[in-house]
Amino acid sequence: MSQRYEIRFSGAGGQGLILAGVIMAEAASIYDGKQAVQSQSYGPEARGGASKSEVIISDTAIDYPKATIVDALLALTQEAADKYSHDLKEGGVLLIDSDLVKRIPAGNFKTVAFPIINTAKIEVGREIVANIVALGAMVALTGVVTKEGAEKAVLARVPEAFMELNKKAFQTGYDKALAAMA
Amino acid sequence: MAKKVAFLQGNEAAAQGALYAGCSFFGGYPITPSTEVAEVLSIELPKVGGKFIQMEDEIGAMAAIIGASLTGAKVLTSTSGPGLSLKQELIGYACIAETPAVIYNVMRGGPSTGMPTGPSQSDVMCAKWGTHGDHAAICLVPASVQEIFEETVRAFNLAEKYRMPVMIMPDEIGAHMRERIVIPEPGELEVINRTAPSVPPAEYKPYDTKFGDVPPLAAFGSGYRFHVTGLNKAEDGFPTTKAALVQAEEERQIRKVDANIDDIVTFEEYLLDDCEVAVVAFGSTSRSARFAVNEARKAGIKAGMFRIKTFWPFPDKQISALATKVKAIITPEMNLGMCTGEVKRCSAGNAPVSGIFRVDGEPINPTQILEKIKEVM
Amino acid sequence: MSFDYDKYLRPGKLPHIWCPGCGHGIVMKGLIRAIDTLGLEKDNTAIVSGIGCASRLPGYLDFCTLHTAHGRAAAFATGVKMAKPEMNVILVGGDGDGTAIGGNHFIHACRRNIDMTYIIMNNNIYGMTGGQFSPCTPTGALASTTVYGNPDPAFDVAKLAIGAGATFVARGTAYHATQIDKLIVEAVQHKGFSVVEILDDCPTTYGRRNKYKSVIEMMNRLKDVAVPVKAAEKMTAEQLQGKILTGVLHKEERPHYTDEYAKVIARASK
Repeated sequence: MSQRYEIRFSGAGGQGLILAGVIMAEAASIYDGKQAVQSQSYGPEARGGASKSEVIISDTAIDYPKATIVDALLALTQEAADKYSHDLKEGGVLLIDSDLVKRIPAGNFKTVAFPIINTAKIEVGREIVANIVALGAMVALTGVVTKEGAEKAVLARVPEAFMELNKKAFQTGYDKALAAMA
Repeated sequence: MAKKVAFLQGNEAAAQGALYAGCSFFGGYPITPSTEVAEVLSIELPKVGGKFIQMEDEIGAMAAIIGASLTGAKVLTSTSGPGLSLKQELIGYACIAETPAVIYNVMRGGPSTGMPTGPSQSDVMCAKWGTHGDHAAICLVPASVQEIFEETVRAFNLAEKYRMPVMIMPDEIGAHMRERIVIPEPGELEVINRTAPSVPPAEYKPYDTKFGDVPPLAAFGSGYRFHVTGLNKAEDGFPTTKAALVQAEEERQIRKVDANIDDIVTFEEYLLDDCEVAVVAFGSTSRSARFAVNEARKAGIKAGMFRIKTFWPFPDKQISALATKVKAIITPEMNLGMCTGEVKRCSAGNAPVSGIFRVDGEPINPTQILEKIKEVM
Repeated sequence: MSFDYDKYLRPGKLPHIWCPGCGHGIVMKGLIRAIDTLGLEKDNTAIVSGIGCASRLPGYLDFCTLHTAHGRAAAFATGVKMAKPEMNVILVGGDGDGTAIGGNHFIHACRRNIDMTYIIMNNNIYGMTGGQFSPCTPTGALASTTVYGNPDPAFDVAKLAIGAGATFVARGTAYHATQIDKLIVEAVQHKGFSVVEILDDCPTTYGRRNKYKSVIEMMNRLKDVAVPVKAAEKMTAEQLQGKILTGVLHKEERPHYTDEYAKVIARASK
């Protein structure tokens, strides 16, 4: 089990978390030469409701595609933080949006907080790229995929016209997380 | 040349597999969690001159693909539990009229609307017993994205080879998870095309047993005129109530699968050589099983896995042999005992069979299976 | 010289299953004459039906014939036409098959305006199962499941087709035999979904129960009730009371489905 690294992106439907998970997994499996599986669960709502996207990364073939003990968790809403932090590993890492998650789940893990959505809205310029800001932050915090691989994976997924915006979102998230962790 | 590598969702892989197999017609109706197949094929089929149609309901979708198949097209529909229930009468039609068609059904639980976004493995009995009347059934249960691609190709091959509807049924986990897959080069996987009639139109009979249990099927519009009906029919395709003819035709339709079980049934044996406790699993549950078996081996328990890849026809012979070899069998499945019942039937009391059942929309995790392995040993 | 129907009939498949006095045979002969007039190639013509007495018709004809499941003719035929747009596709069936169990496929075929012709033989009853009321059984009529009189209102098949988007809708009767082939010819020539409703009779399960003394009386009913659309223009509302219009009731030009899908293929292939 030691080779498995489990990441969960959680929040509300419509926040782009499934895509964030897909990009992380693509970074690992297409660009970094590792194995990765991405899966998700979601409610009936297209927008709102609790949503999660899980990524398992390993050096060897992955059997069970769902999370067992989560190494790193992103929670973009209070509901997600409450619902999805129960199986976060001791010594794991929790990234939260400091504006939206006020009650920090208790546990023996490292919590990193910054205003993710507002960073996307104000510093990057578009709220819609909050998922990429969060992805940049998760890449910085976990170190499980290379920054280069992740960047390539982001750019492969976005239309030409939005390359710069997404690059900026990814870099901003990456930097903010490192600063918040320090 | 570098292999084409992609990171795909199971449903996307099914669509790609269909295209690889030469599917040229898709008829469907939107339903979670299989809709992505329709979405991808609505984009890809017209690019290659194929046809995509979103029908007014599930029954219409099944009807449209049978109609299209009779013109010679390789056809697919995709659906999930409630849609599978609705399609059943026409699945029976495809059986009796011996029309090739592939039904891709993502298992989401039920009865009725059930849990549309939750995983399940509870449609496997519906694949065999869902439509009324006696008929043969072929149902494939892939466990990975790569396998969904490959088994979709095989589903088309079996449908064309045996002239019948074939079901491929991933569970929601397999259908929605994404993994890296290597897209096979053209020619790398076998692709079977429909056998054309070898006789001139005047001599053609659509169910002519002179050509064996799977008579060639001509295409509408190709110069062969014939009649197709859902009534019991004679070799010439016209309805009959002559007892001997009806009996013979019914038996032939079952025999074409029964006599070819070794060609159709596929499975994987994992660490079974010295195995004392065997986990019999399929679909995404087999991934949990493999994980648990590996952990059990680390703990010194001689565990192994028999993975069912073809659920129908059921691997009777293999499970019977397995039961005489091991001390215990464990059957984890996301339903309340459908596969377990079949395994019990085949093991005929030679090994105790313990099920692990979940119908709460959550997958069976490796820990549950590992605990059961320890419990039975 | 008399018309040679045998040219289009499958040898050895007659006699048909229809009762003496049933109008389905009249419609079949009309269809054969229409096909002859149109010069449709046998190999390139599919005749598709559902379930019921009328739906047995394709089995007698020497074409690519598809006898489907109850109500599903339009959906099967849509698959045939989509997959092979160059084929002529003609659907036949009864009122229960087409407007009850097959109602959804019927209205959506109309909406798509897919280039096929649907001949609905409306005899106001489920004949094959022994005379239960259909969506086209008149209110008050007697059937084996409405022995106290039918409480249901009936569909107007032509209006239903027009409302759903069919671009050619015509109505004839089994009495007006020579009009049938003319209507079918025009329907098949029309590009788009065409519906030809033929008012028909079922002496066995409808006539007997509803006090028609003979087939002739049932046929006279069809004769009396029918008013050609042209003639109706000169009639008062009072005179039209209880009458049913016949002839071409609706005709419009609208893009048809397989042409539209060919455009999809062209756009996708760019």
